Amino acid sequence: MPLIKHGAESDDPWDYVEDGAELSDGGYFTVRLSRFLAEAPTLSDRNTRVGVRLASDDDVEELVPYLQDIQLIEIDFPKYTDGRGYSQAQLLRRRHGYKGELRAVGHVLRDQIFYMNRSGIDAYDTVRADLPSVLEALKEYSEVYQPGAGGQVPVFRKRHGS
Amino acid sequence: MYRYDEFDEQIVRERVAQFGGQVARRLSGELLEDEFKPLRLQNGVYLQMHSYMLRIAIPYGQLSPRQMRQLARIARDFDKGYGHFTTRQNIQFHWIALKDVPEVLGLLADVEMHAIQTSGNCIRNTTSDHFAGAAQDEIKDPRPWCEIIRQWSTFHPEFAFLPRKFKIAVTAAETDRAAIRVHDIGLHMRQRGDAVGFEVHVGGGQGRTPVIASLVNQFVPEDRLLDYLEAIMRVYNLHGRRDNKYKARIKILVTELGEEEFTRQVEAEFASQKPHEKIDLPREEIDRIHAYFARPDFPARPEVSDAFEAARASDAGFARWVKNNLHPHVTPGYTSVTISLKPVGGTTGDAMAAQMETVADLAETYGFGDVRVTHTQNLILPHVALDDLPAIFADLVAAGIATPNEGLITDMIVCPGLDFCTLANARSIPVGQAVQQVFADPDYQEDIGRLHLNISGCINACGHHHIGHIGILGVDKKGEEFYQISFGGRADEKAAIGDITGPGLKSEEVPGALKRVIDTYRSLRSSKDEIFIDTLTRLGHDPFKEALYATD
Repeated sequence: MPLIKHGAESDDPWDYVEDGAELSDGGYFTVRLSRFLAEAPTLSDRNTRVGVRLASDDDVEELVPYLQDIQLIEIDFPKYTDGRGYSQAQLLRRRHGYKGELRAVGHVLRDQIFYMNRSGIDAYDTVRADLPSVLEALKEYSEVYQPGAGGQVPVFRKRHGS
Repeated sequence: MYRYDEFDEQIVRERVAQFGGQVARRLSGELLEDEFKPLRLQNGVYLQMHSYMLRIAIPYGQLSPRQMRQLARIARDFDKGYGHFTTRQNIQFHWIALKDVPEVLGLLADVEMHAIQTSGNCIRNTTSDHFAGAAQDEIKDPRPWCEIIRQWSTFHPEFAFLPRKFKIAVTAAETDRAAIRVHDIGLHMRQRGDAVGFEVHVGGGQGRTPVIASLVNQFVPEDRLLDYLEAIMRVYNLHGRRDNKYKARIKILVTELGEEEFTRQVEAEFASQKPHEKIDLPREEIDRIHAYFARPDFPARPEVSDAFEAARASDAGFARWVKNNLHPHVTPGYTSVTISLKPVGGTTGDAMAAQMETVADLAETYGFGDVRVTHTQNLILPHVALDDLPAIFADLVAAGIATPNEGLITDMIVCPGLDFCTLANARSIPVGQAVQQVFADPDYQEDIGRLHLNISGCINACGHHHIGHIGILGVDKKGEEFYQISFGGRADEKAAIGDITGPGLKSEEVPGALKRVIDTYRSLRSSKDEIFIDTLTRLGHDPFKEALYATD
């Protein structure tokens, strides 16, 4: 399925590179957090864009020093019932102010999209959901009870005129 | 009670539409069963032995007459004419067709009800003291905060796919009637000077690893409660175990990290919240929700009711019922009434449609439109005048729900067991009925006094056997059902997990063995005022174990 972001299908120049495989010059790659941290000092010397693919048990705090420079963080959902990625996303967006792309990869289905968006994930590499169903999922609820990273105003504010 | 505004209404209606779509995608094959399962569970739809079951949320156990009548209608039109009230203050319908579920959800939405998050690995229905707002011993009414928690936890984007289910209970009374210490989070409202806050207990639970919760914070001010809950939930969501379903509850995380380290992590997360991350519920919103729970204007009634006293003197059945089924009310001349759903030989927690309608009528006529469901699977009219009790009693007798056994040995918690549940290893209902028969004599029950007897048909402990003064757990040994007995559990402010006595008994041995235990208690108690659990505490378990395994 195509990558969906900002309400449209999107070309994807990024490739995920397994540990041990070479990063060629001039490309767009994501690597695991441990590799990113180990190679971070040398990456800025090269004509290569490097993002990070977070595993569910990665600690996002380790990424904080680099957030200004990173363009893409992928959050891996190994199973769609594994909800750690939502907390990772909220931490990156709301606590640490990460502004780049936050992409859900792995077992990403239509029925997680609403929650993902509200947690600050703005790109979806889905298993089966096509663009129309993703757009529908994003609108499933017009009101929400909590603040979140997606910017919706919670009803406890709307009720009192803000 | 709380009433939906246009926002609440919109959310519940959109849920009905969303679930209808999910069912359609499952039926078309777009959704695989494995993918559909978490979705249907988060909407309270289980697959049971014989059919689908729908579990409907009754937030903190409160129902209006209109809602109760709608439940009766659903029971009649979509089930076999009855519903089953549960230990989480919910109601279940065990004979619902999957195709009917969206329609039933629509009927529920019509009366401001839903089945959202009544199952699945998410935050479940928040439970509370069934006498909230009526009890003499509460510092404040806990329901407004339960409603605030309900809204905060509904479709919380971060906490919809937790390692395991998550249950929150709230009490505001020193006597804990909400069993908060066996919940994932138990909140006890406290007052410090003018400030109201919550004592926070985390990591209690039953199931195969019963644990009494750890006290994590003695006082979280009320306006920081949701932020504190978020901190607990985030630590759990990120670090709770996901490799083994049976080790995934927060109690295991608390146990494995240790109380001190777990508390440190929660406090660190709480302290890290930046100003814009805080929920910062506006004071107007807190006040708005509290206003819905303002105490009714109780017309003045004499503290001593002539009608009540006359009926008590002339009608022995009435006298027995009021002796056992009333609870002191905050207003003179009023009382709270327990409507027992534990007739001898019946199925614990079941109510027929017509019985639900009787309760709805009584609540409307005499009870300020308020009905509660207890975690012990009974119903309550929290506010009735003593003057009206004779009329209420007469209607309850006619409806077959005037059993005078609140808190007595036949008022037991029993899970559905192998007769209904795919998880069960053994039957619960027939064993409960057989035990009830032995103690059926009302004089005998009253002589025994307060005693909580709970029965579960498997290790998941839905029947709360760990926290019964006497607990019974059904197990399967090579195709035969056995029943393990435990002593000394309790759910209140002195919460404790019962100790297993020894080898399991065959089902037919259980009633007689328990009778020996009870008669031993009656011969050993220091006075009639010393209830079973206190005698057990004073003397230790040995004399009772001996009685349990004695051969006649």
